[in-house]
Amino acid sequence: MRSWTSAVAAVCMAMGISTAGFAQTVKLGVVDTYSGPFAAVGELLDRGIRLYVKQHEKDLPPGVKLEIIRRDDTGPNPEVAKRVAQELITRDHVQLLAGTVYTPNALAIAPLATEAKVPFVIMNAGTSMITTKSPYIARTSFTMWQSSYPLGAWAAKNGIKKAFTAVTDYGPGIDAEAAFTKGFTDAGGQIVGSVHMPLQNPDYVPFMQRAKDAAPDAVFVFVPGGKDATSLMKTFGDLGMKAAGIKLIGTGDIATDEELANMGDVALGVVTAFHYSAAADRPANEAFVKAYKAEFGADQEPAFEVVGAYDGMAAIFHTIIAQQGHMDPDKTMELLKGWSDDASPRGPIMIDPETRDIVQNEYIRRIEKVNGALANVELETMPMVKDPWKELNHQK
Amino acid sequence: MEALTSILFHGLAYAMILYIVSVGLSVTMGLMGFVNLAHGVFAMAGGYVTVILMNRYAVPFALALAIAFVALALLSVILERTLYARLYGASELDQVLFTIGLIFMSVAIVRYLWGPLPQPVHLPHALSGQLDFGFRTFPTYRSFLIAAGFILIALLWLGIERTRFGAQLRAAVDNRRMAESIGIDTRRLFSLAFALGSGLAALGGGLGADILAIYPGYATEYLVYFLMVVAIGGLGSLRGPFIAALLLGFGDTACKYLVPELGAFFVFAAMIVLLLWRPAGLFGRA
Amino acid sequence: MSPVDASIRGHRLRAIELLPWLIAIGGYFGFGDYLTLGSQILIMILFALSLDLVLGYAGIVTLGHSAFFGAGAYAAGIYAAYVTGEPLSGLLIAALTAALIGWISGFVILRTQGLALLMLTLAVTALLAEAANKASFITGGADGLQGVDIDPIFGVFRFDLFGRTAYLYCLAVLFLTWLFARRLVHSSFGRSLVGIRENAARMHAIGSPVRRRLLTVYTISAALAGIAGALLAQTTQFVGLTVLGFQRSGEILIMLVFGGIGRLYGAFVGASLYMIAQDQLAKMDPEFWYFWIGLLLVLLVMFARGGILGLIDRLLGR
Repeated sequence: MRSWTSAVAAVCMAMGISTAGFAQTVKLGVVDTYSGPFAAVGELLDRGIRLYVKQHEKDLPPGVKLEIIRRDDTGPNPEVAKRVAQELITRDHVQLLAGTVYTPNALAIAPLATEAKVPFVIMNAGTSMITTKSPYIARTSFTMWQSSYPLGAWAAKNGIKKAFTAVTDYGPGIDAEAAFTKGFTDAGGQIVGSVHMPLQNPDYVPFMQRAKDAAPDAVFVFVPGGKDATSLMKTFGDLGMKAAGIKLIGTGDIATDEELANMGDVALGVVTAFHYSAAADRPANEAFVKAYKAEFGADQEPAFEVVGAYDGMAAIFHTIIAQQGHMDPDKTMELLKGWSDDASPRGPIMIDPETRDIVQNEYIRRIEKVNGALANVELETMPMVKDPWKELNHQK
Repeated sequence: MEALTSILFHGLAYAMILYIVSVGLSVTMGLMGFVNLAHGVFAMAGGYVTVILMNRYAVPFALALAIAFVALALLSVILERTLYARLYGASELDQVLFTIGLIFMSVAIVRYLWGPLPQPVHLPHALSGQLDFGFRTFPTYRSFLIAAGFILIALLWLGIERTRFGAQLRAAVDNRRMAESIGIDTRRLFSLAFALGSGLAALGGGLGADILAIYPGYATEYLVYFLMVVAIGGLGSLRGPFIAALLLGFGDTACKYLVPELGAFFVFAAMIVLLLWRPAGLFGRA
Repeated sequence: MSPVDASIRGHRLRAIELLPWLIAIGGYFGFGDYLTLGSQILIMILFALSLDLVLGYAGIVTLGHSAFFGAGAYAAGIYAAYVTGEPLSGLLIAALTAALIGWISGFVILRTQGLALLMLTLAVTALLAEAANKASFITGGADGLQGVDIDPIFGVFRFDLFGRTAYLYCLAVLFLTWLFARRLVHSSFGRSLVGIRENAARMHAIGSPVRRRLLTVYTISAALAGIAGALLAQTTQFVGLTVLGFQRSGEILIMLVFGGIGRLYGAFVGASLYMIAQDQLAKMDPEFWYFWIGLLLVLLVMFARGGILGLIDRLLGR
C-alpha cells in the first residue's frame, strides 16, 4: 500500500516511453464548470481553449495529436473537482491538467498534481497562494494582488489621499482588499474605513452608504463581475456619491467588457486596473478579437477568462512541440518556467521561473465613451508585474 | 441623519418589492394550504416577460408590466387546473417536492431560452435620475417603487375589504367548509386567488427588476426571502406579510449599515426569534 | 399491510438485505477505476439514511439536514488540520459535534411544525453556512479548508491515489451505521416514531413522550449525517462551503425521495442511481440535467409516491 505513488508514476512514464516513435497522442484533462449557475464563466474559459486549438492545431509536430478530455466540476465544488481530476489521472491517464475557474477547486487538485506528477496549468483561479501548493502548478491567468497592489500605489500618487474599501467577503475579495491596502498605504495613502459584503446580496445600499459617510476621496471595491458590479454601479449613482465627487476604483472585475453596456452612464470615469481589455488596440488583440467574433458571434466580446485559457493553451502547445509529444512531467515544468509570449492579446507575458506564476502588464484604464459605447480605455501601463504577494512574503 | 433617511428610504423600496411578490404567496398558502415553493418562478417569469418586451420589442414599461401580469395570471390558472389541483390534499412533503420539481424545470427552460446571464434593465427615461423633494433628493426609480407599492396595497386591501369577491375570499380562508356550505364555490375561488397572487408576483418581479436581477437563479436565490416574509407575516393574511416585509427590508438594510460584519446573520436570527415566539406568524391563525 | 410495517415487522435479516453489500464488494473488484465515485456514493447513502430516520420514520420535513453534514465535515477537517490526522477519532469528534448541534437546534425548533419548522431548518443551515464563511481563519472560508492530512487507518492503510482505502473505509463505516440504524428502526423506539408520524395526538394520548422521542431521533440522525460529512472530509482531504446550505439539503432530499422514504433501503437505491446517473448523463447535457430531475420529481409526486422501491412493491403486487 505504501508505494502506489511511484507505481502510478512509473506506469505513466513507461506508457510514455513505450509508445515512443509511433503516433503520439497527448492527453489533456480540462476541469471546468459546464453546468449549474456558474456555467457562463466556464464557457468563456472553454472558448479560449477551443479558439487556440482551432488556430494552432496545425502547429503540432507531424504524428502528434492532442486529445482533450473535459470534465465538469459543476461550480465551486472542491470535492467534485478533486474526484474528476483523480479520474482523469487514474482512469483516462492524462499527461496534463488544465482549467478551474474557482480557487477551492484548484486547491483540491493541487495535492493530486504533486502525487501523480501531472503538470497543472491554471487558467483562471486568481488567489495568490495557489501556485505555492504544488511544484507542478503553473498559472497563465492573473492574481488579485497583481492588479490591486499597483492600483493602490497609483491611487496614492494620483490625488487620492483617503480611501474606503468595500469588498465581497470571499477569497478574491479579501485578497484584493489586502493588496490594495498594502499598495495604497505603502505609497502614503490613508484607509478611512472598510466593509465586507456578503456574497448573496441583493442590495448594496447600506454598504455604499457607510462608504459615503466616511467621506473618502475614492472607494475601492471588489465584487464578482456581472450583475453585482452593475448593481453596485447603480447604487453608487443613486446615493449621490458620484455627484459628491467620490471616485470609484477597483480591479477590472467590476468593469468587465461584456457587462459595460448594462451599466449606463453612471460608470463613466471609473478607473480600474486589469491585465486585459477587449478594447486595446494592440495588433495581437485586434486579430484575437476579430477571430473571437468570427467564431462565436459578432455581438460577443472576449473576456479575461477567455484570454487566460487562450494563453494557457499557448503554453501547453509550447511544451508539446518542444518535447515532440513525449511528455515528461519534470521536463514540462522546466519548459513552462520562463516561457514567454510577446504576442498574447493582453501584451507580453511570461511564466516566472521561480514562482511558476504569470508575469504580465497591468493597465490602468478608465471607462469612457468610445464611438457611443462604453469601453475601458488604457491610460497607463505597468510593465511585467510579478505577483506582489509572493514578492512581499518571499514565497515560492 | 442624512444617512438614516437614505437607509430608511432604500429599505422601504426593497420592502415594497418583497411585499408585492410575497402577498400572493400568503393568500394562496393560507387559502389552499399549499406549500408553493415555486412562487418565485412566477415573479421571475414576470420579470423576464417585462424586460424582454421592453428590450426586444420596445414595449413601454407600464404596458409590459400589464402584459406580464395578465400572462402569468393566465398561465397560473392553466397550471393550477392541470397540476396543482391534483395535490391539494397531499402531504406537505409531496407539495415541497412537487414545487421544487417545478422550480428546476422552469429554471432550465429559462436558461435555455435566454441564457444564464442577467437580463439588462433599461429603465424608461422618466424613471431614472433623481427626484427633488425639497429637503433632499431621492432616486426617482425607488420613489416610484414606493409609490406604486402603496397604491397596489391600497387597491388590494380595498378589494379584499370592500368587494364581494374579497368577502368570499376572507370567508374561505377563515373556514372553508362553512363557506362552502353557504354556497361559495371555493374551487373557483382558489383559481381566481391563485391567478391574482401569481399575477401580483409577476408584477413584483417586473417592477423590481432593477433591484432583484432577472436571471435563472432568481427563483432559488430570492425564494428564501419570499418564504421568510410569508412565514413571519402569517399565512392567509394581508397585513402580516406587509409588516414582515417592512421588518425584513428595514432590518436587513439597517443592520448591514450599522453592523456590516453581522449583516447576513440578522435576517436569519430575526426569523428564528420571531417564529419561535409566534410559530403561526405575526398575524397568522394558529 | 404497508411496506413500512412489513419491513418493521421483519426484523430478522432477510436474504435480500445482503444484496447491497454484495454489490458494493463486487464494485470494489469490478470497477477499480470508479472507486472514488463509489466512495462518494457510499457517503451519500449514509447521509440519505440519516435523513430517512428523521423524514421517513419520524415525519419531520426538513430542508436543513446539510447543517449536520457540514458540521461533521468541518469538525473532522479542523480536527485533522489542527490536532491530529488520526481518522477514527476524527469520526467520533464529528459525530459528537453534529449530535450536539442537532440536539440544540432540535430542542429549539422542534416545538413548531409545518411551514414554520421548514423555515427554521433552513435558517439553521443558512446560519451555519454564514458562520463557516465568516470564521475563515479556521475554516478557510470560501477557499475551503486545507491541510486536512489524514494518517493511515490503524497506522497501516494509507489513503491512496486510486481511492481503494477510501472505498473500503466508507463501506465499513456505512455497514456499521446501517446495522445500528436497522436495529433502531425495528425496535420499539422505531415503532413509536412511526406512531408519532402517523398521529401525534394519539401518541400524546397514550402517554408517549413525543417531544423527547423526536428530539432523540433528530440528534441520532444528526450524528449519522455528521459521520457522513466527516467521511467526505477525510476521503477528499478537503472541506468546502458547499457541505452546508440549501443546495446540499435539497439534493439529498431528492436522492432519498427517488429511492423511497421510510424504507431504510430507499437511501441505497436513490443515492446510487442519482449519483451514477449524474456522473454519466450530466456530461452529455449538463443544462438539462436539472430539467429532467425536476420532471422526474413532478411525475414521482403525482404517480409514484413511494419512489423506486414503491414502484417495485407495486409491480410485485404487494
